[in-house]
Amino acid sequence: MSRTVPSATPSRPLPKSSGRPNQLFRNLNSKIALTPMILVAAVVFFGGTIWTVIYSFTNSRLLPRASFVGFDQYERLWASSRWIISIQNLLIYGILSLIFSLVVGFVLAALMDQKIRFESAFRTIFLYPFALSFIVTGLVWQWILNPEFGVQGIVRSLGWTSFTFDPLYNPDIVIYGILIAGLWQGTGLVMCLMLAGLRGIDEDIWKAARVDGIPMWRTYLFVVIPMMRPVFITTLVLIGSGIVKLYDLVVAQTSGGPGNASEVPAKYVYDYMFQAQNLGQGFAASTMMLLTVAIIIIPWAYLEFGGKKRG
Amino acid sequence: MRIRAFAAVLAATAALPCAAMAADLEVTHWWTSGGEAAAVKELATAFDATGNKWVDGAIAGSGSTARPIMISRITGGDPMGATQFNHGRQAEELVMSGLMRDLSDVAEKGKWKDIIKPASLLDSCTFEGKIYCAPVNIHSWQWLWLSNAAFEKAGVPVPKDWNEFVAAGPKLREAGLQPLAVGGSAFQVNGLFDTLVIALGGTELYNKVYKDKDEETAAGPEMAKIFAAADDARKLAKGSNVQDWNQATNLVITGKAGGQIMGDWAQGEFQQAGKVAGKDYTCLPGLGLNQTLTTGGDAIYFPVLKDEAKSKAQEVLAETIVDPKVQVAFNLKKGSVPIRSDVDLAAANDCMKKGIEIISKGSTATSTDQLVSADTQKQKEDLMSEFFANASITPKQAQERFASIIGSAD
Repeated sequence: MSRTVPSATPSRPLPKSSGRPNQLFRNLNSKIALTPMILVAAVVFFGGTIWTVIYSFTNSRLLPRASFVGFDQYERLWASSRWIISIQNLLIYGILSLIFSLVVGFVLAALMDQKIRFESAFRTIFLYPFALSFIVTGLVWQWILNPEFGVQGIVRSLGWTSFTFDPLYNPDIVIYGILIAGLWQGTGLVMCLMLAGLRGIDEDIWKAARVDGIPMWRTYLFVVIPMMRPVFITTLVLIGSGIVKLYDLVVAQTSGGPGNASEVPAKYVYDYMFQAQNLGQGFAASTMMLLTVAIIIIPWAYLEFGGKKRG
Repeated sequence: MRIRAFAAVLAATAALPCAAMAADLEVTHWWTSGGEAAAVKELATAFDATGNKWVDGAIAGSGSTARPIMISRITGGDPMGATQFNHGRQAEELVMSGLMRDLSDVAEKGKWKDIIKPASLLDSCTFEGKIYCAPVNIHSWQWLWLSNAAFEKAGVPVPKDWNEFVAAGPKLREAGLQPLAVGGSAFQVNGLFDTLVIALGGTELYNKVYKDKDEETAAGPEMAKIFAAADDARKLAKGSNVQDWNQATNLVITGKAGGQIMGDWAQGEFQQAGKVAGKDYTCLPGLGLNQTLTTGGDAIYFPVLKDEAKSKAQEVLAETIVDPKVQVAFNLKKGSVPIRSDVDLAAANDCMKKGIEIISKGSTATSTDQLVSADTQKQKEDLMSEFFANASITPKQAQERFASIIGSAD
């Protein structure tokens, strides 16, 4: 694997005779080249984030204004039933989409890996939904799930007149209707990543497992999957960011309805910042989103990267 | 040869704007449905006739989609020549921070104070004594649209007011019809509720709740009656699986639903479908009870521009909008009421005439868009859409939450 990764060190132009170079000036060219990127990251990402957090303590309306009101915006946020529903929906959607897209994606990839015929055709079919934007995906599934002319309508016209399947119009299960569309769109990519990971597993390992007489499912579970750890982490990050930013799918499918039943935090942020013209409330909500992500990411990053240095 | 031709073209383009003091003016708006687009065309033609050029900046989707785009363009330093907002407080902060142009001179010259009726329209354009927008039309929410065919099928006479309509609900259900058509988007249920407040509770209650923002009244027994009525509406609306308001109107037009509470813009849809007021459909202003209409509507705002020619063109556009001939042409197509009473609307249909009569009698109230901020309006929308979608929320619980929204409203 490491052969394919281009390394920066061999091309270093510094002469060896000058002794141990100052750390600061090592790879000077690449550091200069990176400066704009670092500046952009610092100003846009960190600066923007800090600015947002600070202004979430103000009563800014349409335009940002620095009159601080303490935790008022947060109190209102957590008293709002729409926000609570949003968080619950995101939890349900997040957990289920994480599990299903990983499991389904991996199973599809494993099936694909059995040296089947027309593999590239299947791969294309499964990956196609990913080429569609969430808005298109959402509209397609809005029509499929529409009781009048979607699945329910078709089954009823076949004779089962009492058949009911209208997740988008039932507040109790609407989030699952969105989940279906999300999985349809996202699993193809997970499958491709997993397939790439499986292809990266040395053929010899399979041979060794076969010699030892280990059944295939055990080889997958106990040998191959642990070896695919980097692929899984990449996939997790991709799925995770997809979950947190869930917005356009909801807008296209239900626009938050029926009622508030399919609201998500990102939509709350947008609606309050721009429709309700209340920036402070939107900032408070987005700060809460950041905090949630940080609570999950920081301990994980600590275990992942902090542990290695000690070891 | 080529270069010379090119230079000539360049010179021509440079010289043109200077020669005549005319300019291209981009106008952004969300008038995109059939009748609305026809109305905008009238306005554009009138403006083009002054020698300037109307550059149409229509933004599809409803106002809630369009407004963020407009606002971010203005605050982001890329202002358009003119833009639509609803009467009221949607552009309030843009005006406060000096991003909108003062039109007082134009208004003075055109004697807007004398001709624009009702005065509340100009009041909501006014900030610290200066006028910042040109009112275009008056829209009112308090209309119940009924399908005569649906009631015939159900075997009940067409109701004359809301109470009769509620009573006829079960009959409509029995006939396999949807009693009340309500779309899924939040502004519809919110508007429906406000209509119930003024139609059933009376203008005084409406003003106490939305103008004075009296939390006690909002939690009181008078409002409890309104919430009970909203509960009725919720039961009647159950099962209308449509999203947009015009889809819901279409259910009434095709006789699949008994009625719809929607603003007078719904009339454009009936007209386009070739339906005749009184014969195919019935309209009940004020739900047939309290004959009072709220006078919301649209206004055009003008962002501050550096370009002098364009600023001049803004003044011309403001004058064009208020012009009596333009008012008639625009409002007939749009189905709304003109902002001045000194124009002749003989071509208006029955429902429109009813509306004009009520407004000219002066039994009007200020619309909620003008009375409460966008923030409060959004909170109300959240509450109402939850209430209408979720039958497990009792009217009492909803009223408690409503009262606390009114208590913290601004």
